[in-house]
Amino acid sequence: MSILYQLWLRQLKRYVRSRARIIGSLGQPILFLVALGFGFGPVFQKAGGGDYLSFLAPGVIGMAILFSAVFSGIEIIWDRQFGFLKEMLVAPVSRIQIMFGRTLGGATVATIQGLIVFGLTFLFGFHVISFAFLPLAILFMFLIALLFTALGTAIASMLDDMQGFQLIINFLVMPLFFLSGALFPLQGLPAVINDIATIDPLSYGIDGVRGALTGAFHFGLGTDVGVLLVVTAVFIGIGSYLFSKVQI
Amino acid sequence: MNSIDVRHLTKTFGSFSAVKDLSFLVPQGEIFAFLGPNGAGKSTTIKILTTLLSPTSGEVFIEGKSSVTQQNEVRKSFGIVFQDPSLDDELTAYENMELHGVLYRVPPVIRMGRIEEMLRFVELWDRRDELVKHFSGGMKRRLEIARGLLHHPKILFLDEPTLGLDPQTRSHMWQYIVALNKQEGMTIFFTTHYMEEASKIAHTIAIVDHGTIIAQGSAHDLQVKTGTASLEEAFLALTGDAIRDEDATSTDQMRMNMRIRGRK
Ligand SMILES: Nc1ncnc2c1ncn2[C@@H]1O[C@H](COP(=O)(O)OP(=O)(O)OP(=O)(O)O)[C@@H](O)[C@H]1O
Ligand SMILES: [Mg+2]
Repeated sequence: MSILYQLWLRQLKRYVRSRARIIGSLGQPILFLVALGFGFGPVFQKAGGGDYLSFLAPGVIGMAILFSAVFSGIEIIWDRQFGFLKEMLVAPVSRIQIMFGRTLGGATVATIQGLIVFGLTFLFGFHVISFAFLPLAILFMFLIALLFTALGTAIASMLDDMQGFQLIINFLVMPLFFLSGALFPLQGLPAVINDIATIDPLSYGIDGVRGALTGAFHFGLGTDVGVLLVVTAVFIGIGSYLFSKVQI
Repeated sequence: MNSIDVRHLTKTFGSFSAVKDLSFLVPQGEIFAFLGPNGAGKSTTIKILTTLLSPTSGEVFIEGKSSVTQQNEVRKSFGIVFQDPSLDDELTAYENMELHGVLYRVPPVIRMGRIEEMLRFVELWDRRDELVKHFSGGMKRRLEIARGLLHHPKILFLDEPTLGLDPQTRSHMWQYIVALNKQEGMTIFFTTHYMEEASKIAHTIAIVDHGTIIAQGSAHDLQVKTGTASLEEAFLALTGDAIRDEDATSTDQMRMNMRIRGRK
């Protein structure tokens, strides 16, 4: 138990100490809120979609969590390059425990990052229908964070250095984000896009956050929670397996 | 019982064999030195003994447990100081020690006392709350040694532990390790390129070259065998004086890169 706690704490300390990372990672969400929120707002309203910013805000929160979570998982590659991974791998602690502690820490960091962006969305005029469901929204944020930290860890376990990093961002993280329901409603889409959005786990996470904050679920609360839990469990399983095979 | 029992160990990377049909025993409580030119396969052997790499073929037993099928038991029995950096630069010296103590399940009361003892020993107690990334190379090395000794393992692996340390620190550190060996019967397995260290401290020395042991015995045995007056001369007589520049430069290059990246 104290091992899990220490591994979790390590991720948090590293996060709190890297101010550049905290501030730097807020740039993108702000840009999206400004450019899309203000840029597309009028068109969206005319088309009968309602307040675009309130629609977009949960998507941007999800984006911040997605990036931060994948990044936390990928940090294993840094640990490998700077050598600290060796120290963890020779310790008499099961690899699953190490993977778990790290993932919980990374997910906590990503959730905090999501909450900071959540705070920022108010500056842009985000309307939450009721704060009663805030705990539910935070739960969804944490599930998104957990799922993608586990995915990042799984991927990082297969990579030796940072060279594959751009590839992952461009061919995995970006599509996961753009083809989820983060930026546009999932109703009345062309079949292909609809299918992709349906298999993109981020769609369910963002739908959950959006539902909890604005009251409009697309898939439904139960479906969102169920899908996220199952996919997270699968990724943690795969991540643990791949991590247990890591050699130096 | 033997602390370390290696039988016909082979490790290949692609078509290159870094370790070839290596066999040796290290009895409990012995100080065993593993000497060899750059690229001889010393670090690769240590990585296999410490479960970081799996062997291509052959068997390895640490305190009677297989380092392939009983990794968790094996990991409980040793401590290690790696050749390459292995600290978390974003944590303080104290935090690095504490995390290690927790990972090795050293009970809190003992842990706190021992962290202080070890940090005082390597003269880093006053700087315990500084981030490791601000430490000099020698300070990092001292911290790594302090960390490796924190949990008093049955076997201690030291891969060029004294690399980059001044003579005072080196002799200070070896004194402590020899005392641990005497008091707790800790088995010590180390590599070094400082021949006088090996000659003074090791009970048994194995000379490795190209992945195999080419001679083994006490420093005296090796000198008698080669008809030389010092371990250094015996080493050169056994391994020849060709420089292993290709390996040396590539590893050195890698270390340089790590340093540069680490500094940013
Ligand atoms: N992961 C790897 N992939 C390919 N080759 C490797 C790998 N690790 C080690 N080698 C090669 O295996 C050989 C032995 O390396 P090793 O690090 O064990 O040498 P060493 O005896 O520790 O040398 P040094 O004194 O320079 O530390 C070298 O030729 C090295 O290039
Ligand atoms: Mg080496």
